[in-house]
Order: sequence, then structure tokens, then C-alpha cells
Amino acid sequence: MSTQKPIEIILLRQWASHMATPIWIAGNRGELLYYNEPAEKLLGRRFDEAGPMRLRELPKIFKTTWPDGSPMSEEDLPLAKALRERQPAHLRVLITALDGKSRVLDITAVPLLVQGGDYLGAMAMFWEPES
Amino acid sequence: MRVTLLGSRGSFPHIGPEMMRYGGNTSCVEVVGSDGTVVMLDAGTGIRNASSAVDKTLKRMDILLTHFHMDHLQGLGFFAPLFNPNMEVHIWGPPSTTMTLHDRLSRYLSPPLFPVCIRDFTCNLHFHNAPRGQFKVGGLEIASDVVCHPGPTMGYRVSENGSSLAYLPDHEVALGACHFPNETAWTSGYKLTEGADLLLHDSQYNEQEYSDKVGWGHSTPRQSAQFASMASVKTLLTFHHDPNHDDDTVDALVADASEVANGTLVVGGAEGMVFDL
Repeated sequence: MSTQKPIEIILLRQWASHMATPIWIAGNRGELLYYNEPAEKLLGRRFDEAGPMRLRELPKIFKTTWPDGSPMSEEDLPLAKALRERQPAHLRVLITALDGKSRVLDITAVPLLVQGGDYLGAMAMFWEPES
Repeated sequence: MRVTLLGSRGSFPHIGPEMMRYGGNTSCVEVVGSDGTVVMLDAGTGIRNASSAVDKTLKRMDILLTHFHMDHLQGLGFFAPLFNPNMEVHIWGPPSTTMTLHDRLSRYLSPPLFPVCIRDFTCNLHFHNAPRGQFKVGGLEIASDVVCHPGPTMGYRVSENGSSLAYLPDHEVALGACHFPNETAWTSGYKLTEGADLLLHDSQYNEQEYSDKVGWGHSTPRQSAQFASMASVKTLLTFHHDPNHDDDTVDALVADASEVANGTLVVGGAEGMVFDL
């Protein structure tokens, strides 16, 4: 059988592709299924080039720490937490991407629970704090 | 299995001399397995003409609803088996975490929209949320999944002895599909449709109508043909014809779609058609 994505993921990708906010979409097995164009700037790599990848591969692409620069466990990241606990999660982090630039960002992640009770994964949005 | 089209019109039943060939009843397809298992796909106005409705020997039938828009439900209140105390009827529909299938159907099957309530059905009635996966009804294998259409909407695949029918009467295949029709993983309904012998697929709009109604949940015959070809379907039946499309219009749309079918036979789905798979 094919690996066709669930319709909610297909439509979420469609929606995310129109958003100015960086968005990641992860499947319930911890695979990064899609990130939109604004998120490409965070990663320094286009999705069409990179393709789907495991979330645990992300530290190779960029480094995430607490805002004061102290080390952070991957498990603390909102997307990992939303995937693990199926609960929304929010955190402020310092991200250093491939381009060497560091940015303080807020990350909000929500689990993707759909009609019928299936759990499809989670979505994360990235925000630049106003102050 | 035997597949009979009882209604192939979309949105609203329409009759008239200009629509005699494709018919005016709304979506309903009867599937009878080799062991006599009866499955009705949707319950549009066409369901009244089901031969199984007058089969006195039949003890059970299953009605698989794709969704709850009126053109897929309107025949329910007029379907004789629901008023037969000796009949066991199982109704399947899209799953919900907030309302039971019974309660969702009751929104239509109760006053003031309809005088008869579900409690007035005298058959032995059962409700089921259709799974996103596979289940069996008698000797028929059913696969179901959610597809792209406003509100939770299922597509179904019915298989028996290596033959299969895919039924996606309301489906906007191009919405959200990345690089349609080239990326199967990102195309709604692909999994249900892949390699089917017969595909009944939403073909409501012409290209101009679609451009004005993106997001309304329907496809064009050309999109259906591209989708069918991508999924290596043998025969595509265009289905859910717009109530404003007369027979000549449907003919022209089918001819146009055939140009992009690339190996798939394209036929206009007409009320009364019978296929043995």
C-alpha cells in the first residue's frame, strides 16, 4: 500500500504553506513531515531539498539552548513534548541555525488529535518575541 | 460482486428530458457480493430503487454513508428496509469525537426537517463509526478513510475475490495535493483508489466552475481522470454530476477528461448502470 498522508496532514500542509509564521508538521512517529517557507529560513535549508527527516536529526542542522545559552535537552522542546504527552506546549528558546545566526524564539506546539480519536502527530509554530 | 448505480447526480435531485440518460437521483450505489451480502453506498434519493429493498429473503444490509450532506441522506426516510421489523440494518458513517452517528443523523431525521424520527424505524438498527482502516461486511472487504471535502467525509473501497470498487463521490482531490497529480503521498484518497478496477469519483464541475468554487469540496472530470490515471485505475466513472449539467454537457466533459486519462477508461456514470466485478 502507498504511504499516503492522512487528509488532515495534507490540508494542514496546504494551510501552512500560506502562512507567514514558521510552521513545522511532525508525524506521530517523530518524523518531520513538512516545514513551510518561513521555517526554511530557520533551518537554512529548503524543504524540497531536505525532504522528510527524523526530529532527532535536527540538532545536526541547528542548536537549541535556553535563552541564557545554557544547554537544553531535546526532550524539553515543545514539539517533542507535544508528541510525547499529546498536550500543547510552549517555550522560549535560543536557536542557532546553519547560517550561524542566533535568534530568541517562542515555540508553541499542539498535538494533532482528529475526529474519531486518532492521533496524527503535532504541529509547532515559531514566534519572535515582541520584547 | 455486482455494482448498480442507483443515483449519480450531486447536490440536488433533478429530473427532465435533458437528463434522462445520466439520471436525476442523488448518490447511491448498491453492491451485492457473491454470497448475497448487500452494501448500500450512501442513501441519496436513488436508494428507493434498490432491488434489495424488495428482496423478502434478505435479513441484513449495511449502509455506508460518506458524510451527512442532504444529497447523501435524503433517501433514508423513504427506504423500505428501515421499516421492516425482520431486517437488520447497520449504518456506518464518519467518526466523531463529539456526537454519535445516531445524533448526527437525527438532525435531519426529526421535526421540523422531517416528520419521521429514527425511533420510528422498526428494523433492528445499529450504528457504527467507520474506522480509518479495514473491516468486513459479510464476504465483502471494506476499506475506509477520510477524504478531502468540507466536514468529516469518508471514501470507501469495496473488494471481493481480488476485484475492487473505490467510491469517492464527494472529493476535492486537487485541494492540498502537492504538485497534483504527481505526488501520491500528498494526494487525498490515493490509498483507497490505488489499483481499483472501478472508481466512482466526484466530477461535479467543469474547469471554469471549479476555479470559482475552490474549497467547496468537488472536482472536475479532468481532475478525476488525472487522479484515476495516477492511481492506475482501470475504469473511471464520473459521478456526482452537477444538477445544472444536462446529458450533452456530461458527454462533453467525459470526452474532455478522456484526453488526460492516460490508460484509464473514462465513462460517464449513469443511473441504472450495472457492473460485475
